[in-house]
Amino acid sequence: MPSVCFYFQVHQPYRIKKFSFFDIGNDSSYFSEEGENNLNNRFVMEKVARKSYIPTNKILLDLLKKHPEFRFTFSFSGVVLEQMERYSPESLETFRDLVDTGRVEILGETYYHSLAFLYSKEEFRKQVLMHKKKIEELFSFKPRIFRCTELAYSNEIAKEAEKMGFKGILGEGVDSVLGWRSPNFLYKAKGSKVNLFLKNYRLSDDIAFRFSQREWKSYPLTAEKFASWISKINGSGDIVNLFMDYETFGEHQWEETGIFDFLRALPREVLRRRDNSFSMLSECEKKFPVRDEIDFPYTTSWADMERDLSAWIGNDMQRDALSKLYELENDVIATEDSNIIDCWRRFQTSDQVYYMSTKGMGDGTVHGYFSPYNTPYDAFISFINALNDFKLKLKAINKNNYAKRY
Amino acid sequence: MRKKILMFGWEFPPFNSGGLGTACFGLTKALAKQKMEIMLVLPKKLSDNLSADFLKFIFPEDSHIVKEYNFNSLLTPYMGEESYSSSVFGFGEDFGGIYKNNIFGEVFRYADFGKFIAKKEEFDIIHAHDWLSFGAGINAKRISGKPFIAHVHATEFDRGGGVGINKTVYQIEKRGMEEADRVIAVSNFTKNIIVTHYGISADKVEVVHNGIEFVEEEGVERNMHKLKEAGKKIVLFVGRLTLQKGPDYFIRSAKKVCERTDDVYFIISGSGDMEYSLIREVARLGISDRVFFTGFLRGDALRKVYKISDLFVMPSVSEPFGITPLESLVNGTPVLISNQSGVSEVLSHALKVDFWDIDEMANKIISAIKYDSLGNCLKGCGKEEVKNITWDLAAKKCINLYNSA
Repeated sequence: MPSVCFYFQVHQPYRIKKFSFFDIGNDSSYFSEEGENNLNNRFVMEKVARKSYIPTNKILLDLLKKHPEFRFTFSFSGVVLEQMERYSPESLETFRDLVDTGRVEILGETYYHSLAFLYSKEEFRKQVLMHKKKIEELFSFKPRIFRCTELAYSNEIAKEAEKMGFKGILGEGVDSVLGWRSPNFLYKAKGSKVNLFLKNYRLSDDIAFRFSQREWKSYPLTAEKFASWISKINGSGDIVNLFMDYETFGEHQWEETGIFDFLRALPREVLRRRDNSFSMLSECEKKFPVRDEIDFPYTTSWADMERDLSAWIGNDMQRDALSKLYELENDVIATEDSNIIDCWRRFQTSDQVYYMSTKGMGDGTVHGYFSPYNTPYDAFISFINALNDFKLKLKAINKNNYAKRY
Repeated sequence: MRKKILMFGWEFPPFNSGGLGTACFGLTKALAKQKMEIMLVLPKKLSDNLSADFLKFIFPEDSHIVKEYNFNSLLTPYMGEESYSSSVFGFGEDFGGIYKNNIFGEVFRYADFGKFIAKKEEFDIIHAHDWLSFGAGINAKRISGKPFIAHVHATEFDRGGGVGINKTVYQIEKRGMEEADRVIAVSNFTKNIIVTHYGISADKVEVVHNGIEFVEEEGVERNMHKLKEAGKKIVLFVGRLTLQKGPDYFIRSAKKVCERTDDVYFIISGSGDMEYSLIREVARLGISDRVFFTGFLRGDALRKVYKISDLFVMPSVSEPFGITPLESLVNGTPVLISNQSGVSEVLSHALKVDFWDIDEMANKIISAIKYDSLGNCLKGCGKEEVKNITWDLAAKKCINLYNSA
């Protein structure tokens, strides 16, 4: 009887171009890399649209037409939507077609896909509201459920989401927090009234990470096999939360791996088995009871074995970059200059510090860090030099404004 | 199991002038630890007093046989440096200096000695390091019929620094690799040169990266206190002052850095045929007050200079491996290395740059010294990483090769 809840994260950052120390004071564009490389945001957007967004959207639209029971959930960062508007209108159009069916839900998140929650609650709220506005504009949809960047979750984040009017929130099904409990039920956050949806990371990662791994004992993964695993939950769960990056389809797992065929066949295989269904997340609140309240006293995420924030704030460079960035908040807001504020916020996108992660490097283990930079050190150097240039610009503007005012 | 190795080397610490001696020391020590018996033949006569100490010094706690044969010779691995570039431009065997008309004679004499030793000793395998000893290796193989392994630490294409090669040396290298049963390259970078320029089949070449012995040595006295107390930073170059090591690129980057900040000083440690031209270049660029030449340093003096530095730079034009960045990390100083190096294949916690890209080199130098968090990450992670780059690993690979040759 489990209901499958797919949630796909759609996001692309504004990658900072190669920015030298010697460019400080001489160059004021940070996100404008050119040429056929992965720092060129247009190039990446067009590539991902071609390989992933457009073909996957087509498959999903066909599936929605074919299976009236099929439904799922998206979350879009504001910055990916902007880039689609600019570089791939076709992607945006096809996403709209999906949402227009009424069987696709959209989640709330921060516009800039940031970790602002950790540094400034006020900034965090502004970005959530900006995002809400953008979703209403583009999709005429009001998000009811919230997901924090990188599936970051804690009791405190849930409280904040509740204050902003959300009815539910997403988190990682962290074993150490769940203990004997299964992620396959609806829960409630501790200290607030919001419902809590926890990711079934085993089944999610079977698709997102293990799908094309030949050394995996279940390789190759067929829709039939996967559907049989879902059916096994029958009786021991109400919902199966399959949360993953949308780029899994066609970008992380290339078309050649058979990922599209898998997706095409999956709804049929799931629905063929007795009592299975699909749900958008907010439907679950009506369909299923809340089983328990779960306490997340510290912040968890969907990354790595640790399921914590160490991939973003784990080393000195990352913490240095973020603290230097957020200490500019008052000065940035004081400019009332929308370009300056927008630029500062683009630096906040979590990918910027993720690229600086040194976790697992050099210990011989395989890890899945996607980065357009050669090394985390290169990522830090471009970030911090660009930020220092930004600081000069900021100082000049505020000095000028001060002079005008007095 | 092949256990007895007849090894032909050419220099050994403390009587070494470069990385080859260090590599030979590290590898033989690790091989002995793994129960291999090594007869190391060296061409250069060491003083009798020191040679006893020296044997004890290599394998203090080990009971395995290490014999050392020396015969008087003038060989040195980096021979003729002072006039190397002149030899490159077609002076044939005229290497000038004290080796004039002598170097190839010495090589043939060493090769002859290979016959003598092969008749006299019993062994399972022959392992020879670089071109000077390849002739001895070939002869020892002919006499004994035992497999011969040619270990390539550097090729003529590296030593030439991109300017040209000595044809005779090239021929000796090529023949050595052809006659060898297997070839060891110190990196994929070097393997690629061996396959491309020497026509050796890729299947025959095994990559065995060098290692380093991690010894934490605290309490080495820091000097240059005044500079450090004034918040000044020190950027270090260690290596022979030859085209191959790229000291000229280092100086040109230094100039760019000096234009942007007054807080950095540069140390150039090493000697070689480019020394005077580099000193002149530094003066011409107007940075004589910011660049110090220390001459060739070893032992404690070298460790001190690693420790006082804030960044070590290896801008090599063509570096088969490059042990100095690992030494620097052991001493707690982060590194910037050229992509044209073997060590960049095994070291991930390093800043990397193409040797010719002096703008990027300057960017990375200045970023590393201006941003403490960057230096700290490079230093902390690099020190941990270096612990896993061991001679034990290299020795294991060699032993596997001995048994499959």
